[in-house]
Amino acid sequence: MSNDFFSMRGIVKQYQMGDEVSTVLKGIDLDIEEGEFLSILGPSGSGKSTLMNIIGCLDTPTAGTYTLHGRLIRDLDQKQLARIRSREIGFIFQQFQLLPRLNAIKNVELPLVYAGVSQRERTRRAREMLMRVGLKDRMEHFPNQLSGGQQQRVAIARALATNPTLLLADEPTGALDQATGEQVMSLFHELHDEGRTIVMITHDLKIAKHASRVVSILDGELSEGVRYD
Amino acid sequence: MIKRKWDMFMENVSMSVANIVGSKMRTFLTTLGIIIGVAAIIALMTVVQGATDTMTEQFDAMGLGTLRVQISGTAIKRGLNDAELDEILGCAHVAGISPSLSGTVTASRAAAWSDAITVYGNGSGYFRHNPDLLKRGRAINAIDEAQESRVCLVDGGTAKTLFYGEDPMGKTLYLSGREFTVVGVIDEEEDASLFSQILLGGTSDGTVYMPYTTAKKLLGTSSVSTLEIYVTDPDETDAAIEEMEAVLDGIFNYKDNTYMVINMESMTDAMNLMTSMMMSLLVGIASIALVVGGIGIMNMMLVTVTERTTEIGLRKALGAEPSQIQMQFLIEAVILSLIGGIVGVIVGLTVSFLICMGTDILFSLNTFAITLGVSFSAAVGIIFGWAPARKASNLNPIDALRSM
Repeated sequence: MSNDFFSMRGIVKQYQMGDEVSTVLKGIDLDIEEGEFLSILGPSGSGKSTLMNIIGCLDTPTAGTYTLHGRLIRDLDQKQLARIRSREIGFIFQQFQLLPRLNAIKNVELPLVYAGVSQRERTRRAREMLMRVGLKDRMEHFPNQLSGGQQQRVAIARALATNPTLLLADEPTGALDQATGEQVMSLFHELHDEGRTIVMITHDLKIAKHASRVVSILDGELSEGVRYD
Repeated sequence: MIKRKWDMFMENVSMSVANIVGSKMRTFLTTLGIIIGVAAIIALMTVVQGATDTMTEQFDAMGLGTLRVQISGTAIKRGLNDAELDEILGCAHVAGISPSLSGTVTASRAAAWSDAITVYGNGSGYFRHNPDLLKRGRAINAIDEAQESRVCLVDGGTAKTLFYGEDPMGKTLYLSGREFTVVGVIDEEEDASLFSQILLGGTSDGTVYMPYTTAKKLLGTSSVSTLEIYVTDPDETDAAIEEMEAVLDGIFNYKDNTYMVINMESMTDAMNLMTSMMMSLLVGIASIALVVGGIGIMNMMLVTVTERTTEIGLRKALGAEPSQIQMQFLIEAVILSLIGGIVGVIVGLTVSFLICMGTDILFSLNTFAITLGVSFSAAVGIIFGWAPARKASNLNPIDALRSM
């Protein structure tokens, strides 16, 4: 079966390593329903980062088809991929990846700049998103004035700013302590309850279990359910 | 769409400014090449322009409608005698003439002595045509000229050498042993001959002016080889030159290379041509510094791109198109070199102002030089920022994000 929202069929990714060709993804099939909270669980070297790059349209597969929000992601040039990243995907990274010279508002505004939103609208939406993640009184702060958890919430606000089809989180709690990680996860739950689609990539089973569905990846092959010990 | 582009542009500008301000020392060192290049161009252009203006002004002061006749003569006839001077004075286009001759004599007073005083013998017309030359006292007049009076005008150098601490007016001094009375003092700032002295590389202690008739006696010559001719109508200078050449051909029996009639205006033109050539040459040399500065910017931008790989990857992940990344880094390079350009303009103007103050050259804001300096630096930014910006835009977002 396939759907228009998110569908991957036979995704293969190969890299040329000198004379050898290494196959990192060996035919991935994956469907995600709108409003789903999915975890992709896998150890390092399992190909989950590569899969994330393809889901995030940072990279294109060697073979296979990928349909996102009714659009076939294949043979697109850099500019078109940038458009899709701008409109369809909200990235959340392990190391937050905030720009240190910008304050919280400006960081959240960044994807809106590339989406071509006017300055006034940018500020309005950035404030709204920061309020949404509970940083009402931290808006003018710079990343180095914020705790790890606060920084990750700024990054989540940034991912939400363009109102993307899909939130794509790569080890979102990897750089946080247990308690803060739990807070971030509860924010994810709230977002899920609001109807957002979330794809979370992690190697941590405990974190993965927060999702409504877990798939495992091992040696470039995907399987439903936990297959990870 | 235009609004969106403008928004993007302003965003890039503010990002670049934040990055540039964030590393002041690095910015300074990076832009130093541009600063030096632009400052050199501005200073050279302003000073050369000022020197040209100063010289032009002095040539103009020497006279519109003034011809200078330089006689080299023949073996048996070295200069012009009195009858021939009268013949020239009788020409239709000639309003007046001032024969002149110069030489170096020894001068002495009771307590002072110099063997390097320059004597200028001039006709009375010379002083009538250069009224500002006289600072105090009276000029040489026609009676002095007719009577070969032993009167003279002294300049500051002579006053300093021979009349130190005294007012030279009315005092006597001995030139080659002959007694002269000082009747006037020369205003050096208006002394056009000072300029020619500099050109001739004179090392004179001072200058005295006297009637040319007196100077002929003093210097022991019977003929005059230099004279200024005042034309009746400056618009008919060309006709006057022709008339003069006809008369002089007659006097020297049509021998070649016996005289030269110089038009002051054409000298100004020739000089302007010369200085503009000199200026292009100097600016060309200074531009080399700009190129070196541009390489500095390029190097810096390449380092920046490498350092900010993660940032570039992040921006791409957030939806930046390659062209937007390229624009961001290009703008940063241009801002860097523009900062260099603007600082360079300020430094260049300051330096040239100080040089002009120190050397009595006219200082004027050369807007062309400023425009050139600023636009040159912007061009350097674009040219040398292009490759690093291109490199940044081509970075693979995955490679960039790998470091996470």
